[in-house]
Amino acid sequence: MRAFLGLPIEASRHAQAVDGLIVGVHWLIVVLAVGFGLFFLYCLARFNRRAHPRARRGGVPAAVAWIVVGGIAVVELWELFFTAIPLWASRVSDFPAPAGATIVRVVAEQFAWNVHYPGADGKFGRTATSLISPENPLGLDRSDPAAQDDVTTINDLEFPLGRPVIVQLSSKDVIHSFSLPEMRVKQDAIPGMMIPVWFYPTVATPNGVQWEINCSQLCGLGHFRMRGFYRSVSADEFARFLREQSPTPRAAIGPHVPGAPAIE
Amino acid sequence: MDVPYTIEPRTDTGLYNAQLGVWLFIASEVMLFGALFSGYALLRTGADAWPSGSRHLAVTLGGVNTFVLIASSIVMALAVRSLRHAQWRRGRRELAITWVLGLVFLVIKAYEYREHVLAGELPSTNNFFAIYYTLTGLHALHVIGGLIVLAYLIGPGASMRRTQPVRFTHRAAGLSIYWQFVDIVWILVFLTVYLL
Amino acid sequence: MKSGSEARPAFWRSYVFSQDHKVVGLQYALTALVFLLIGFTLVMIMRWQLAHPGLPVPVVGPWLGARAPQGIILPEFYNALTAMHGTIMVFLGIVPLAVGGFGNYLVPLQIGAADMAFPKLNLASYWWYLAGGVLMLASFFLPGGAPQSGWTSYPPLAIVNQGGQTWWLVGMLCLITSSLLGSVNFITTIVQLRAPGLTFSRLPFFVWSQLVTSFLLLLAFPPLEGAAIFQLMDRLAGTSFFLPSGLVVSGRVLHNAGGGNPLLWQHLFWFLAHPEVYVLILPAMGIVAEIIAVNTRKPLFGYRALVHSSVAIGFMSLIVWAHHMFITGMGTTMSSFFQTTTILISIPSVVILTCLFLSLWGASIRFTTPMLFALAFLPMFGIGGLTGLPLGLAPAGLHLHDTYYVVAHFHYIVAPGTIFALFAGVYHWFPKVTGRRMNGPLGWLHFAGTFVCMNLIFMPMFVQGLAGMNRRLYDGGLQYTLDRNVVGLHLLISRAAWVMGIFQVLFIVNVFWSAWRGSRAEENPWEATTLEWASASPPAHGNFASPPIAYRGPYDYSAPGARLDFTPQFARDEI
Ligand code: HEA
Ligand code: HEA
Ligand code: CUA
Ligand SMILES: [Cu+2]
Repeated sequence: MRAFLGLPIEASRHAQAVDGLIVGVHWLIVVLAVGFGLFFLYCLARFNRRAHPRARRGGVPAAVAWIVVGGIAVVELWELFFTAIPLWASRVSDFPAPAGATIVRVVAEQFAWNVHYPGADGKFGRTATSLISPENPLGLDRSDPAAQDDVTTINDLEFPLGRPVIVQLSSKDVIHSFSLPEMRVKQDAIPGMMIPVWFYPTVATPNGVQWEINCSQLCGLGHFRMRGFYRSVSADEFARFLREQSPTPRAAIGPHVPGAPAIE
Repeated sequence: MDVPYTIEPRTDTGLYNAQLGVWLFIASEVMLFGALFSGYALLRTGADAWPSGSRHLAVTLGGVNTFVLIASSIVMALAVRSLRHAQWRRGRRELAITWVLGLVFLVIKAYEYREHVLAGELPSTNNFFAIYYTLTGLHALHVIGGLIVLAYLIGPGASMRRTQPVRFTHRAAGLSIYWQFVDIVWILVFLTVYLL
Repeated sequence: MKSGSEARPAFWRSYVFSQDHKVVGLQYALTALVFLLIGFTLVMIMRWQLAHPGLPVPVVGPWLGARAPQGIILPEFYNALTAMHGTIMVFLGIVPLAVGGFGNYLVPLQIGAADMAFPKLNLASYWWYLAGGVLMLASFFLPGGAPQSGWTSYPPLAIVNQGGQTWWLVGMLCLITSSLLGSVNFITTIVQLRAPGLTFSRLPFFVWSQLVTSFLLLLAFPPLEGAAIFQLMDRLAGTSFFLPSGLVVSGRVLHNAGGGNPLLWQHLFWFLAHPEVYVLILPAMGIVAEIIAVNTRKPLFGYRALVHSSVAIGFMSLIVWAHHMFITGMGTTMSSFFQTTTILISIPSVVILTCLFLSLWGASIRFTTPMLFALAFLPMFGIGGLTGLPLGLAPAGLHLHDTYYVVAHFHYIVAPGTIFALFAGVYHWFPKVTGRRMNGPLGWLHFAGTFVCMNLIFMPMFVQGLAGMNRRLYDGGLQYTLDRNVVGLHLLISRAAWVMGIFQVLFIVNVFWSAWRGSRAEENPWEATTLEWASASPPAHGNFASPPIAYRGPYDYSAPGARLDFTPQFARDEI
């Protein structure tokens, strides 16, 4: 069923559970659609006017209807109480300890993802809207000691395997939606709020494959091209990435993709 | 062609049409103001600091207005009672008093707005004034709407008193229900925006 | 025909400013059909951009002007097309047709009343609707263009965007006024003007569906009205209801007071918009139930269960709204509540569908054109409804939210679902309205073509959504590696949509040709039981020659021992 549905690769710990839920519900859908569908076709063949000129009252006992409805209800509630609610709770309540996690801020704007790592000291430097400029899209105050070692990138997110990642999401202008499809992560970035999401990456981004940050919420005329890139890499590679990026922020907007359309 | 149950109630439901219609309308108005008040509650609880209403708004004027509106409600109810007892002249006088009281309310309200605007306190100043202007403004529109219908009942619509006196009374009664509702909304506005 | 000056007042009063529920109903229905066609046209243009991103639009391209230089659609215009398509279809097409059109025309007839309880309000309701619709459409031609923030108009985007958002909001206020007047009228009419003997348990299911719908419109629209007022204030008076502090839009700091909350809009919007989706489906279910009863020649299975379920849907639909907002960062408690209510509300829908399916057992099905559409409604709504279930479970939304899966979910319900029901209704009640039948073979062709195309349009969208393709993408997901395998489907979908457009010509021709030249229909051409068939076709002003009396339930078909296989509600004895 998973293959039939064509879901993307599962690259985080909870991805399997999410897919399990999707697959489970789709089994229900298929069973019901086939069951009702066969009944429907049978009725059309058996009870059309030519085959059955005079309708008969009664027919199906009411109990049948109640059993069908009851059965569907039980399966639905089962999925709800034993899969969906616990899974959601673990997503939004059971955050990993910050000490053992990679913490990164992502600030969305029309139409780019600003990524902000705290650097070696583990502290995010001060940011202020008044400092925002084309060179400093986050408004990071480099005079703040905590900001000295901060690393910022645009549309380029990397994180190491083997430990949880906590992304603190916010937005500068309108609502965007931060989505890492392979990680089964999706969370709106809402201005005026800082919303954390977490996941535990388990699969490294294969070489030659591009994993992309999707913007899933309509955010203006550039919504369609608000694409970022992300990589799930080994700890060494991640360290190298941070070294390369610091301290001056990169101005370029991600690697060029062959085959991207001319209209930008 | 005549619509039935405009005058006499239908026996099995015990209602005449306009009665049901007015209550349905009120139900929808409750949802409207309910939404606005919930918005207010959400913004206020979410704010770091919220100005105190009694410090920034003209509580005295608001208080006077509360009395004006309550008085007009009472007079309106009296008017309906007079009409029910076929005391037309008295009923009409009471309707007129209601109307004048409504107008007084609006004049005071307009004066209040003027003071705020002159002091530079506009809807864009902060969310406190935004809510203040929106709630009181919408309420004032409701008062204006009520006054227009009331003026119609006193003026051109009054001829119905002769042709269909019961139906005329129904109309006044329906308007009275609406007027009481507008009054209650004002009291809530006064309590939550001016005082709280 | 009388000459000029004399005929004019009569014409105005009987066709334009008429208070007759049938004229108002027809005005509503025709206007709404035109809006449906406009909404569909916008989609056909939009589908060009998805199928051939960046190529100039053929045929209509030159007329698009600055919105599409050299015929190439700009992203702004694409967003305007999407927003206006959604808005027009939902608020100006389906609801006015299902409630304003079918409801207005049929409810008084089916309850044996001479007219609505408040004919003047009815008239006013139509004109508010028209005003709202025209205002919204006009925004296409005003500087700045049509609204571009989706039919959901989420702030801050809707506030900081230029464009016709203000017109959208003002138009919405008109529509809300219209539906308020309409729903007060419907409820009062149904409660007060039922014919003698027509108790609530004898009401046709269609009337029940309209009653529940009216309550939803009455209670759910005002919060959107409040929200629209807030958003108008934000746009025009510089308030910050939905704008938090410290916004920086395209590098410029926004100097608003701040302190607002963007999610407040979403709560108020969905508080309306979720009930609104049941407004889109309940009347459709009512129409389908009527047509199934007539064409199966037997009483509906579980009439009481149907009624109770639709009332339950009505109540429940007011407490599920936040299932559209799981991804906004909802905690465990709130999401558990809304997941549970969402799953619970699906159960009455299952009951309704199950009853309608079981009604087929033991029937003697007549495959008339309306019946074809009504039958097709069942599995189509089934697919749409069933795919609502994964969306209702929040963790599945981590993958599916705001993808084409959602688009496919609701289109299966509203397009091959509700639109089919409305087509069925047009074919079924056409003889009542005009006294003529619609052409059968043309109807059959229209059905077959539309049915095939609808599935070719919306089935592939499930595939795209499951693969992870986002909705509202100007280039249809061309940029994303993940979508590489499924972007190709856009071409198939678009072609199916255009072919479907051609099949609609058959319908339009059929409607106008049959109204003019169709074969005459007798008084009760389908041998149906409900009260509307007790009046002449078309019914005169005042509807019934003598007020009908209801002697029995609405679906007395194939009573054992009766000579004919139907006994109308208005017949004292079995015939
Ligand atoms: C008429 C319209 C309509 C109806 C009836 C429904 C019905 C349902 N909807 Fe849908 N929905 C929409 C219109 C509708 N929806 C729209 C327009 C949106 C998107 C808005 C936007 O974002 O733009 C949406 C979005 C939407 C979401 C948000 C998705 C997201 O953005 O992430 C959710 C989540 O819970 C949801 C759930 C449901 C559920 C559980 C039902 C249930 O009520 C369904 C119950 C029905 C059944 C369970 C079917 C039972 C059938 C059978 C048993 C027979 C089967 C037989 C065969 C197949 C042969 N819907
Ligand atoms: C009731 C609602 C409704 C209906 C019926 C439809 C019908 C259709 N919709 Fe749409 N749609 C929405 C509501 C609806 N839609 C909404 C709310 C959105 C989201 C918008 C947003 O993102 O903000 C959306 C978005 C949407 C998208 C996604 C765009 C995107 O995300 O980028 C697409 C893509 O293909 C689409 C396609 C279609 C198609 C092909 C139809 C077809 O099924 C159309 C079929 C129409 C007809 C068959 C017309 C019949 C009428 C006649 C023939 C007239 C006859 C006239 C006379 C007799 C006078 N719709
Ligand atoms: Cu950012 Cu869409
Ligand atoms: Cu919903």
